[in-house]
Amino acid sequence: MTSNKKDPVLVVLQMTGAYDALNTFIPYSDPHYMDHRPVVNIAPEDVLAVDDKVGFHPAMAPIKEMYDQGKVAVLQGIGYPNPNRSHFRSLDIWHTAEPEKMISEGWLGKAIRDLDPNKENILTAVNFGRGLPRALAASGVSVASVGDLSNYGVLTGMQGADDRSEALDIFARMYAPMIGTGPVSDYLSQTGLDALKGADILSDAPKTYSSSVEYGGSPLAQWIKNIAQVHLADFGTRIFYTGVNPGTFDTHANENITLPKLWGDVSNAIADFHEDLKEHNANEEVVILLFTEFGRRVVDNGSGTDHGSGSVAFMIGDAVKGGLYGEYPSLEPEKLDSGDLHWNNDFRRTYASILEQWMGLDANPILGDTYEQFDLIR
Amino acid sequence: MANNDVALMAHLMRRAGFGAQYHELEARASKGYEAMVEELLNPTEESHGMDLDLGERYFIEWNHFIRCVPEYIAFRMVNSYNQLEEKMTLFWHGILCTADSKGQSQVTENAQMDMLRRCGMGSFKELLLEISRDPAMVYFLDNCLSHKESINENYGRELLELFSLGVGMDGKFNYTEDDVKECARAFTGWTIANAIPGQPYGRYSSQFVYNPHDHDNGEKTFLGETGNFNGEDIIDIIVKQPATARFISRHLYNYFVADEAQVPSWMDTPPRDPETIKMLEDEYFRSDYNIRSMLRVLFNSDAFKNTKFARMKGPIDTVIGTLRLVGDWTTPKPGFEAIFEEMKHMGQEILNPPSVEGWHTGKEWIDGGTLLRRINFIADHVGDVGYPGIQSIVEKLAAEGPTMSPEGLVDGCLRLLGHYEVTEQTHQELLEHARKSGDLATNTREFPQKVGKMLQLIVATKEYLYA
Repeated sequence: MTSNKKDPVLVVLQMTGAYDALNTFIPYSDPHYMDHRPVVNIAPEDVLAVDDKVGFHPAMAPIKEMYDQGKVAVLQGIGYPNPNRSHFRSLDIWHTAEPEKMISEGWLGKAIRDLDPNKENILTAVNFGRGLPRALAASGVSVASVGDLSNYGVLTGMQGADDRSEALDIFARMYAPMIGTGPVSDYLSQTGLDALKGADILSDAPKTYSSSVEYGGSPLAQWIKNIAQVHLADFGTRIFYTGVNPGTFDTHANENITLPKLWGDVSNAIADFHEDLKEHNANEEVVILLFTEFGRRVVDNGSGTDHGSGSVAFMIGDAVKGGLYGEYPSLEPEKLDSGDLHWNNDFRRTYASILEQWMGLDANPILGDTYEQFDLIR
Repeated sequence: MANNDVALMAHLMRRAGFGAQYHELEARASKGYEAMVEELLNPTEESHGMDLDLGERYFIEWNHFIRCVPEYIAFRMVNSYNQLEEKMTLFWHGILCTADSKGQSQVTENAQMDMLRRCGMGSFKELLLEISRDPAMVYFLDNCLSHKESINENYGRELLELFSLGVGMDGKFNYTEDDVKECARAFTGWTIANAIPGQPYGRYSSQFVYNPHDHDNGEKTFLGETGNFNGEDIIDIIVKQPATARFISRHLYNYFVADEAQVPSWMDTPPRDPETIKMLEDEYFRSDYNIRSMLRVLFNSDAFKNTKFARMKGPIDTVIGTLRLVGDWTTPKPGFEAIFEEMKHMGQEILNPPSVEGWHTGKEWIDGGTLLRRINFIADHVGDVGYPGIQSIVEKLAAEGPTMSPEGLVDGCLRLLGHYEVTEQTHQELLEHARKSGDLATNTREFPQKVGKMLQLIVATKEYLYA
């Protein structure tokens, strides 16, 4: 570890729609696997085996390569109590780290508050995608949320550079807080000015960036490229968040056709990101958490797989201690939970490990309890 | 037409509808305020004024409502003359929530929207009965999984907590955990035929079925009353509770008058305007739980008329309102997906409330990302002088004389957007900008551009976030 190493950075990749854990990290030698998956399966000889039991989907070769270099932690059997098979409720649970009740603040929102309690940097966290995930929401916390970095800002559609620049000055003055207008108006002022300032800083990132890496054309690959651009621009961002569009991995039908394409795109984007960071000598500074909201039904439906529970998540990066964590849930029919995998690895153990070992934060107040950690970080 | 009358009509149409262009405001105002309230309260199948037939031929999915239901709903919001009918449908769908993300059956969800359109301004008791039998709801809250031998409390709980009584009122709980269980018992046997997820065989509609063999016929005690209750009896008991009157009144107030505290805090946070809430509660009981009567009292009250710009627009208000203002989507055309993307980016999707709690409102709509998205969406539209609604603003301003002063430009734009009111600080900024160009000749090619830029600045203000 070098002495000028920067503050550790977390990148969260949300694979919305619920990828099929059984065909992502595959228990290929378990005789029950093919019994449960007569149609929607990966032939054992195609699996990128990591040992004599489990292995990666063939389209995840770039991730498998990083696994072989000890840079990928596989969090098997991950889930939460009383599995919920609704996409939105399940995502909500992952976002708030609270399976029992509805709460409004996200685990990363609270982490941002701890990382930057005096709100010194409006870019402590940056989200790329549509709308702000609840994971990043917390009262008093500003998060820059960017759909398209090349076109991010206030009144970006206004014609004429001079007119727009004048309009932004007017905007700044109109959003200046005024005494006695009340908390809501103050909040709007703060949000407007932070967004204006954040956009101003962020718009410089692509200008200073150069790289020999060429990312793919999918929205996710472009957002991951944006993350590299912003990280390499040194704005002090500690948390990046992005993901695929809602429903992307929701493979109820045609899974054999769609899943390879999806994992190919995602794996290549992650490998490109890693190459890019390496080229800029920044590969030690960033770890990735890749997760999805739940697992899918163990038995296929003849074309795809329905909603289930018990999943797999991944931590990826040079600073990650690679290997297998948690247990692969049993596929024996009598050990299933109403036809689904039995989770055995509370997702908050992973959150706690990241918060404490990587971000250097106290996990208990953020997660509301203490969870046994994995030894995940070098 | 007196300016005050048009300003009041602009207020009514922002709240009881999705806003309107100036000429429509003038036309509606000319009928008189109270008469217009009555017109809005009493929509008919003939008065919506839409060419839905054309829509069906264009969006062929509309024939069976298998897909494109959000498009259909948005099309109605943009084009129906019966604006309140569509606004009420959205109101109820934000309270009696179901979500396509779980149901994944637009044919069933469309049937629910139809029901809300039909019953949304009638008796609240009827509405609760209808929603309890609504297939999308029965599936969404798992009542089809509730059996006499093993109850599923989901519907029983949300019916009390989120659809009628609310958790508590004036610091006291409105019901107990036992009431939840007894309520759930009374609704056993209320189920559906044809389970909803159509995968992998495709989607088909489902029907409500009452299965007497799966109904728990035992004695139940609910909110202090004892009997062999079925679901209808539970609803009879619910609707006569003062807490239900309070709950519905606060929701109407929050939606139509001014941003209230978020619903989960209502037990301990008193209403913002107790007098108006009391007036609505009284009307609820006087009219036998009639929503139309409550709305009539509300819209004709001074409390409503005097509370302009006290409610943050939601993303659907914003997007639909903008389309109506500029005159886009008056006929079907491709590209609605992009419009839905905008709503989604701003934080609200038609047919998809984030949870059974519905959408949080007020300032919770706004964060850095949603704010920019909102401002840029509106600004891109009002700055495009090719839109008929914007052309009409330009023409109206040009018709005022050969030259236009900076004051005339600022105040004219504010007026034609619907009599918007801004703070002195904002007004000064807009005026200073206008003064840089001095008096404008209104017959030049540059004039529409100047108007467009002024409109863009106005829609970027904090004030414009409100309706």
